[in-house]
Amino acid sequence: MGQVVAFLYAIPVLGLLAQLVGYLLDNLQFVAHGAVALAIPIALAGLCGVMCERSGVINICIEGVMLLGAFVGWIMGVVATAILGPGTPLPIFGLTLPLLIALAAALLAGMLLSLLHAWLSISVRVDQIISGTIINIAAAGLTGYLNTLISQLSPQGAGAFQPLSLPDTVVDIPVVGWLLNAVLDQGPIGITAIVLIVVMQILLFRSRWGLRTRAVGEHPKAAETVGIDVIRLRYRNVVLSGAVAALGGAYLSMEITNSFQANMTAGRGFIGLAAMIVGRWTPIGTFGAALLFASSQAISQSIVFTAPSGSLGDLLTIVPAQFYDALPYLVTIVVLAGVIGKSIPPAADGQPYEREAAT
Amino acid sequence: MNASDATPRPAPPPQAAPGPPSPGTGPTAADAPALEMRGITKRYPGVVANDHIDLDVRHGEIHALLGENGAGKTTLMNVLYGLAQPDEGQILLDGQPVRIASPADAIRRGISMVHQHFMLVPVFSVAENIVLGEETMANPVFLDLPEAERRIRALSEGFGFDLDPEAKVGQLSVGQQQRVEILKALYRDARLLVLDEPTAVLTPQETEEIFVLLKRLAAGGHSIIFISHKLYEVLEIADRITVIRRGKVVGHRVPAETDEDDLAELMVGREVQLTVDRGTSHPGEPTLEVRGLRVKDDRGSEVVRGVDFEIRAGEILGLAGVAGNGQDEMVEALVGLRSPTAGTVTLGGRDITRHNVRSINEAGVGYVPADRHRFGLVLPFPVSDNLVLTDYYRRPYARGIVQDEAAIDHACEVCIEDYDIRTPSADVPTRTLSGGNQQKVVVAREFRRDLQLLVLDQPTRGLDVGSIEFIHKQVIAKRDAGTAVLLVSAELDEILEMSDRIAVMYRGQLVAVLDGRTADKNQVGLLMATGGHAAGPAASSGAVA
Amino acid sequence: MSRVDSALRRAWELLAIPVLAIFLAFLVGAVVIVLSSGLVGKGFDLGLPLTAYAALIQGSLLTPTGIVETFVQATPLLLAGLGVGLGFKAGLFNIGAQGQFLLGAVGAIWVGTVFEGAPAVVAISAALLAGMVVGGAVGFVPGLLKATSGAHEVVTTIMMNYIALAALSWLVTGPLKLPGSPQPVTASVTSAALPILVGRDGHLGILIGLVAVPLLWFLLYRTTRGFEIRTVGANPDAARYAGMRPRLVTVVVMTLSGLLAGLAGAGNVLGLNHQMTATFSTTVGFDSITVALLGRSNPWGILPAALLFGAMRAGAGLMQIQAGVPAELVDFVQAVILLFLVANSVLRRLFRLRGVTAELGTTETLSRSYGSEGVH
Repeated sequence: MGQVVAFLYAIPVLGLLAQLVGYLLDNLQFVAHGAVALAIPIALAGLCGVMCERSGVINICIEGVMLLGAFVGWIMGVVATAILGPGTPLPIFGLTLPLLIALAAALLAGMLLSLLHAWLSISVRVDQIISGTIINIAAAGLTGYLNTLISQLSPQGAGAFQPLSLPDTVVDIPVVGWLLNAVLDQGPIGITAIVLIVVMQILLFRSRWGLRTRAVGEHPKAAETVGIDVIRLRYRNVVLSGAVAALGGAYLSMEITNSFQANMTAGRGFIGLAAMIVGRWTPIGTFGAALLFASSQAISQSIVFTAPSGSLGDLLTIVPAQFYDALPYLVTIVVLAGVIGKSIPPAADGQPYEREAAT
Repeated sequence: MNASDATPRPAPPPQAAPGPPSPGTGPTAADAPALEMRGITKRYPGVVANDHIDLDVRHGEIHALLGENGAGKTTLMNVLYGLAQPDEGQILLDGQPVRIASPADAIRRGISMVHQHFMLVPVFSVAENIVLGEETMANPVFLDLPEAERRIRALSEGFGFDLDPEAKVGQLSVGQQQRVEILKALYRDARLLVLDEPTAVLTPQETEEIFVLLKRLAAGGHSIIFISHKLYEVLEIADRITVIRRGKVVGHRVPAETDEDDLAELMVGREVQLTVDRGTSHPGEPTLEVRGLRVKDDRGSEVVRGVDFEIRAGEILGLAGVAGNGQDEMVEALVGLRSPTAGTVTLGGRDITRHNVRSINEAGVGYVPADRHRFGLVLPFPVSDNLVLTDYYRRPYARGIVQDEAAIDHACEVCIEDYDIRTPSADVPTRTLSGGNQQKVVVAREFRRDLQLLVLDQPTRGLDVGSIEFIHKQVIAKRDAGTAVLLVSAELDEILEMSDRIAVMYRGQLVAVLDGRTADKNQVGLLMATGGHAAGPAASSGAVA
Repeated sequence: MSRVDSALRRAWELLAIPVLAIFLAFLVGAVVIVLSSGLVGKGFDLGLPLTAYAALIQGSLLTPTGIVETFVQATPLLLAGLGVGLGFKAGLFNIGAQGQFLLGAVGAIWVGTVFEGAPAVVAISAALLAGMVVGGAVGFVPGLLKATSGAHEVVTTIMMNYIALAALSWLVTGPLKLPGSPQPVTASVTSAALPILVGRDGHLGILIGLVAVPLLWFLLYRTTRGFEIRTVGANPDAARYAGMRPRLVTVVVMTLSGLLAGLAGAGNVLGLNHQMTATFSTTVGFDSITVALLGRSNPWGILPAALLFGAMRAGAGLMQIQAGVPAELVDFVQAVILLFLVANSVLRRLFRLRGVTAELGTTETLSRSYGSEGVH
């Protein structure tokens, strides 16, 4: 067996690929876990996009809403801890009262900021991409300003949610156990995200809400003429999607870390949009695309963490570390450029709806 | 009052029994008209779309609302359907005053509307489209589509419709889509049906079918408002006719006591010549020759499948066909917007196949596109920019890459004068002009040059009679100056009035070329609908080899 | 007399909304200052906004040094803003000015170090040209992707920003690193450094920015190329019908837009820093979007918008020192200005403004070609 592998690895060029596969198999536990964890905020961002765009509203302020969610989750944790004390964590997820209050505040903040986008793009009928950009700038400016102001006080945060630890006997089962652990070794936000994606997939294609949302995104006038309130449905979807994006932000500041840094979302909102397009505006597809983008990042991290041996390792050490930083963004561009044209957006995406138009 | 019509229904009862249900039997229902609109006034910035309009529709009546494009018919119906709120006036249903706040409100009160542009979601199935807004639910969250499909199948069989509830609407023919719209209304138990220009996109045969259906519905107690600007149709179908002009009711008629000339004068406000005086044409040498043309659509399927024809100098060739039979793609291939996959196009003996838009334009081809808002005009731009949209780069409008403002201004003044474009100045955004004047901007730009070939795609769609007359005269003048004209139109009447020869397109092929002066409307309609398989010997005699 | 009247009237029509938006945004900023300083335990000081804004104005407008600094800060915003505005005119949203700016700056420094010792005219020209070429190349990629595959530039330019950041870090820590330096910095340029024309650092770049304004205006509104750009932006289908080539225009405009942002980066770094660091930080990317929107994508509107934001940047430092208000506040205030500007229909109703032009703010439609539609 070992000889076969050694032989395979020695083949020029193809051998490198074989070595990469071997390396990934060896590190599957680490890579899979990392990929799911990295995919969750992207998938939540994409899901936010799906909810908006299926109803015909382009949302490019996902990034800003996530950032605000991350900030508010963190800062409200600080405030709640200051008032209530840190509290005793429950055995599951390390839940504390300040953490829950902070999470609720983050979701509320996300919905409020999305309400602004809804108002600008649905009622004022500003170009939706411009509205989104303004909100991104405002969110970055406001969180940056407040963060600078507050960091001077070196505040004490509420900590972070804890992952659901599976028993070691399960985790140690090769492949199946590792993959199961990758999916389930998550805090409450991660678990919620995965559940949410499945639920939204079913709702979008099987429920009354889903049918009406899709109708409004494809042909709002037709929906209006059968008595559906297009404006209200769009408002509701955009505002609720704000909670989903904020959940993604809170995941960054309350689950995988316990602090906030300026611009910590680092473009995930936009990668989420790309994931939505690649995933053809479906929740499951979006998650799949998010996993693809996240895998490139997880593999990069793994390579930096434990460099492969052999000729593959030699090759990879020549590649500068910054290449790996840029890899998810490169993958996003390449996949996006490759899939577009085959991925068709809702017909009324981005078009403001005017209820009463002179004809 | 008729309780079942006025109270909100959470979901309509399944209409298991085929055929129309019996009309309401309340005491008021028998006396009061089904619908009364009193003094409806609706103002939009700069226009009074409806000016104190009165309209009453009786039970079991087909009431025609006749008026020109822009007369205010659609606005009135939007008011009735809750899509617009009147500034003044009152609506009574079965004698009871009501306020219709939204389409949902209208539907609850038994009003349904079949819009001119179908209100159907193309990517949805027939069933999804029909239940939308009145969903059949398995539980409070999830839909019960199989149950809905069962109900729709029963309803549609009752009317003899051949519709698969699971079919995607985008793949249905126009006639079938209209049936889906009507089923939508019947599924909601509508008592008052409004049909806005329902025959605009149908062949004469399909029109006959829908007339039979409407009469059957009326006989079953449904009230029907039939909106149209086609005089002979109104005379054929209506029990009573209300004519509106510029937002006002100008007269009431009963078909037995009127005729087309009378209605036309009432509708337009002056005596109109119903048919164009096209004079005699003097065709010369063939200008355009198309041989074996094949074109694919955006999705890659071949929609023009080997077309041969020619147009002579000084001749109008009308292209008839049901929308979606490849006319759009063929026109786009002729003007360079789409690259044909096979075949040749020669203009005055010169091969212009696969030449780009600009080179074809410079070879002397003028093109009036079907969708002037999408292709023909840049609406936010001033009129002057639109008048030079296709030749902005040429002398005298530009030297090198620098534009010559003075030359452009001068050309615009001439165009505005010659083509009677009603605009405060050449600097206002084209968006602010009326539809007729917008189209005149396109016409002026394309007609003012010396042309070998003029391609007109739906040149008068949605215009008022005055603009239509003007444009038709210009086309005749261009023909008489020796230009070859290709006229593509969904209005069969326009084709019949204008063409020297008529070609019928069916599934990507020309199935017949007929003489324009002798062609019979029903014959052309049959060719459009069936491609001539069911047509008699008259059709095959003109068929292209 | 009537000419004065109509000029005043025209000024009112054009300025009422922007001035009101700016005023209201500073009002919102004042509320944020008071609330936030109160929340961090410094007490609710109603005078604090006045102190802060006084410092802001003092640092930007009230001293000769401040005025020069305003122009210095405004120049990159002006050049990059002209680039973003040019994109808007063609219906393209270049959010990639950040990356184009950074890589343009690195490119200029690299060529500047190569030409070290050459005559200043040669070195400066070569370095500026390098900045333009690199910036143009960074803009070219999303343009080409949009024209060929339809990938929307909003996503691709943002991805390019992160890629540019990684590339900058690699270049400055690797190939371009000053040998022997403990810090990741490039060598300094001297031959290619832009001459100082006025004050401490009023460099040649200011002049370049001011010259670019009429040039771009002429291109957009007086040439056939500009007519094509504006037609593609307003209605790409009509442009195709008129025999124009929207794909080509897309690629060219994205390249030009990147070129201007690259020039902004080159001018800034050759005029001020003279070298690049791996952590070189700037907010030009977002600010140039704000400037372009505020200036309605018209070069003559972008100029005052850039000067306004330049002044805010110039005074922000003094504001932080004198009032303890973090400089990031100006980013937020800028966004709020835009917010009021795009919601101008609401402002007009709220303040009963009549006769002011309805088309202020944004007339651009960017969302049309979103998703797969792309340009044909």
